[in-house]
Amino acid sequence: MEVALMIPCYIDVFYPQVGIATLELLERLGVDVVYPKEQTCCGQPMANSGCYEEARATEEHCARLFGSYEYVVTPSGSCTYHIRNKFTAAADSKEKESLCRNTYDLVEFLHDVLKVREFPWATFEHKLAFHTSCSAIRGLNMASMTERVHDPVFSKPKALLSGVSGVQFVDFERVDECCGFGGTFSVTEEAVAAKMGYDKLAFMQKSSPDCIVSSDMSCLMHLQGCARRQKQNIPFLHIAEILNGVSL
Amino acid sequence: MRAVDQAKNAEAFLEDNVREERLDKLLWGMRLRRDDAARQVPEWEELRNLASEIKEHTLSNLSHYLIEFEAKATANGVHVHWARDAHEHNQIVHDLLAEQNISALVKAKSMLTEECELRPFLETRNIKVYETDLGERIQQLDDQPPGHIVVPSIHKTQKDVANLFAKNYGSDPNNEDPAYLAGVMRENTRQHILEAHAGMTGGNFLVAETGAVVVATNEGNAELSAHTPQLHIVSVGIEKLVPTTESLAVFVRLLTRSATGEAITQYTSTFRAARKGSVMHIILVDNGRSYRLGLERFWHSLKCIRCSACINTCPVYRRSGGLSYGSTYMGPIGIIMMPTFNVRKFSELPFASTLNGSCTNVCPVKIDIHEQIYGWREVMEEKGQIQVVKKQAMKVADKVLSSPTLYQIATASVSTALDVLPHFAIYNRLNAWGKHRDVPEAASETFHEWYKNHRLKANEVLGL
Repeated sequence: MEVALMIPCYIDVFYPQVGIATLELLERLGVDVVYPKEQTCCGQPMANSGCYEEARATEEHCARLFGSYEYVVTPSGSCTYHIRNKFTAAADSKEKESLCRNTYDLVEFLHDVLKVREFPWATFEHKLAFHTSCSAIRGLNMASMTERVHDPVFSKPKALLSGVSGVQFVDFERVDECCGFGGTFSVTEEAVAAKMGYDKLAFMQKSSPDCIVSSDMSCLMHLQGCARRQKQNIPFLHIAEILNGVSL
Repeated sequence: MRAVDQAKNAEAFLEDNVREERLDKLLWGMRLRRDDAARQVPEWEELRNLASEIKEHTLSNLSHYLIEFEAKATANGVHVHWARDAHEHNQIVHDLLAEQNISALVKAKSMLTEECELRPFLETRNIKVYETDLGERIQQLDDQPPGHIVVPSIHKTQKDVANLFAKNYGSDPNNEDPAYLAGVMRENTRQHILEAHAGMTGGNFLVAETGAVVVATNEGNAELSAHTPQLHIVSVGIEKLVPTTESLAVFVRLLTRSATGEAITQYTSTFRAARKGSVMHIILVDNGRSYRLGLERFWHSLKCIRCSACINTCPVYRRSGGLSYGSTYMGPIGIIMMPTFNVRKFSELPFASTLNGSCTNVCPVKIDIHEQIYGWREVMEEKGQIQVVKKQAMKVADKVLSSPTLYQIATASVSTALDVLPHFAIYNRLNAWGKHRDVPEAASETFHEWYKNHRLKANEVLGL
């Protein structure tokens, strides 16, 4: 099975280890991974700011580059959500249609396409606070939401992590309240964004986790920024790193 | 006209940590009570679907139901008026009062009259207006608009209210007991109600088949305001129609559960005709609603029943306070309604959201609120309302991000993170990220570089 790996711009620059873990993990699972090296970004930062005119060239570049693969996999719920649901700036084309249909968040790809449940090479004897991003919950239906009180409770990322020996989850209040990142919101509304981040951290810290984990590194970039400002050294990890066998 | 700077107002609100955390807790409590209430109704999602469909049907046949409502209300002996905009509405109210030389009006809570700015209109024409809802009266005494559509003074502390009542009513500023404060308000307001010759209420629902106006309150003040004076004026938006009493039941079940988590309000009153010896007038107000009905992407916002569930769940609202929006309606529902009143003034509101989608999923009539917020951002670009500096930065970002060469130069590890960030993340407020958060450190090797060094080169060695 051939898969094109899409590494979001912020992971490329700030968290290359997440890209490496994603690549190695897919390879361990027998996937033939192609990394189109001319890739840049999906266009979300501009589109999310209302500037869809300014997202066009970037989206079209993305569609040209990824529009011929059977699967495009990226370790980011928010980029996946943008490509699948909000990719409206690029002109319609066969490539665009293919990209929008074939892009998966890493968790979805592992859980729904490869249907992996065991990660025997990984052991992680730690308590983790798992943060599911709003794109993953309410955009991609990767986990149930507290608003829908009659829906069955489920979480695809937690189901995957449960296949890693030693993983323990801690509960915390307001489990699916937004962390405050919100793309360019984190800069244009920095005061509110930061307060939301500090609140999220405080709820998590009450349960004394060993680390904070998510399938969206952008939320973690924001939360880590808040934590470091408070001189908290708690580790922040992407789910791909744990599934690939990282140790703290 | 300057756009309301919600971000700046929110920052000011956040400076008072105690107040902000109090608001956050109170409203999150309302959200949790809403969840509990919904849990006790097994057919909750079915009710939401039904409510959404009834509203869509009614709005799609609005002229039919409006005419039916007018005919039924008229047959009940009620006088029906049509107001195209806020000014016409205010003028009708004024004329009804002036005809009988009435100089004081007691009124129940109504967001529509806030929207029309009725109070200042009447007050400059020497007619006194007394709000009879406790929260609304508190806001009136403090000369502030409501901070929330259901609990207007929720951002105030008991101490604030004690001080305000002491100043206005001469009560004890050190007695913060809610029962005492409510008593002070009651003593004062009862007198105004007894003396008034005209009372006004809003309407939560209009029932087309019976011509009835339905009002939900907890304090009974709408009932007193409607029944004590000889003249009852109802101001209501044309989108509040439901076809039948049977369909009304769906909304009554959803409204209070979504708002405060109670099964029903203390009073759900149906006003169908004036009682003997008195007169009832209903003013049906458009004020931009038919314009909104014509907006293909946004007409669904007219389904709103003003329950406030979206506001209570909104993490941005809870940290910003309602007054930060500088608008009649606030929070997620305000963001998607206000730009239809004034696109320039409210051009920044669609950005006061993380697009997390919680609002959409608590909405009892299934308005796609966060999708509409996203849509309004695009409208702001179409209408040239995006800040110049932001648009410029986005142009640069598009240029860099659509070119692999420029992208790799900009992101190369030899360049520093702070050179990169301004271009596609921190475009206009260089230090905004770093004000309360540490800036992420750029890695010594980007993923691109790692791949080139470890995979492509390795493949070359292997002759692949």
